[in-house]
Amino acid sequence: MHELSIANSIVEIAAEHARQQGGSRVTGVTLRIGRLSCVHEDALRYSFDLVSEGTPLAGASLAVIEVPVRIWCPDCRSEVELPGIQRFACPACGHLSGDIRAGRELDIESIQIESDQIAADTPAQTQPEPS
Amino acid sequence: MIEPRILEVRTKILKKNDELAREMRRGFESLGLLVVNMVSSPGTGKTSFLRETLTRLRARGIPVAAVVGDLETDNDARRLAESGAPVRQIMTHGLCHLEADMVQSHLSGWNLADLHYLFIENIGNLVCPTSWDLGESVRLALLSVTEGEDKPLKYPGLFNTADIAAITKTDLAAACEFNRDAARANIESVRPGMRIIETSAKTGAGIDEWLDYLAEKRRALSR
Repeated sequence: MHELSIANSIVEIAAEHARQQGGSRVTGVTLRIGRLSCVHEDALRYSFDLVSEGTPLAGASLAVIEVPVRIWCPDCRSEVELPGIQRFACPACGHLSGDIRAGRELDIESIQIESDQIAADTPAQTQPEPS
Repeated sequence: MIEPRILEVRTKILKKNDELAREMRRGFESLGLLVVNMVSSPGTGKTSFLRETLTRLRARGIPVAAVVGDLETDNDARRLAESGAPVRQIMTHGLCHLEADMVQSHLSGWNLADLHYLFIENIGNLVCPTSWDLGESVRLALLSVTEGEDKPLKYPGLFNTADIAAITKTDLAAACEFNRDAARANIESVRPGMRIIETSAKTGAGIDEWLDYLAEKRRALSR
């Protein structure tokens, strides 16, 4: 159940970001989870509910964006998406490639925060940071 | 109360571990210390493989050490200590994987600059250790002939993060009707191009090839 450790980190990072922005509660968290990251979504949800209790994230919803694996195919000279994770071969030409371009993500994409009072001096950060 | 707002975070969930591991790796490599993270299912023979590795390296006069993760017992640490190498136990009390800070806190008092190799025997588990970087330079995935050739297809995530694979217990291959070609093809399928070494801690087969690989990797650190 390594999802418990992952859930703990999510709560820690989200609470810290919310605090910096003057938010008192986190009502939602959106994650990007690559298919190679070995995270079981149900186990993560269960762990998240458990560890968020008594924190500013208590009761927050968890949205998960699943990221498929993408590899670089040197034959097709393009990045291709794999239908699964058991065969790292280009679906078009069959070339095996270990050049992975996506699918290992284990990221917090965004959080939804609420404040108890109008924090006029902490403007909402609405522009995404460049990635 | 103001309207809820969305805050773009775009942060790696395991950022803290990743940063510590990166810093540890920089430190190890600058000392010419090659660190190996060994991952496999329970029962693959990590401990026997490592004991043979430590014993042979010590016989060549090469300074080595090991830390071994275990859920509850120190049996593996005691078995490894038979090699004569310094060994420390990381008892995780139920935690299914090692994290970088656990490794770091078990290295104090060792003069790392005097070591050539440090082996980390991870918890026997083919899922949970995948995402935790321990500051290693080499991740070794082990698969025994008794486990079935399709293990890599069942656990592609872990095999995909490995740098090298070892097939262990090859002395039992015939008895288990182990299909060597299928196993190799399955590893190749989930990690194209990865080197595969066939070993037996019992007969010693393949261990020298493994040690040569390590020596080559360690030489590359100082370049």
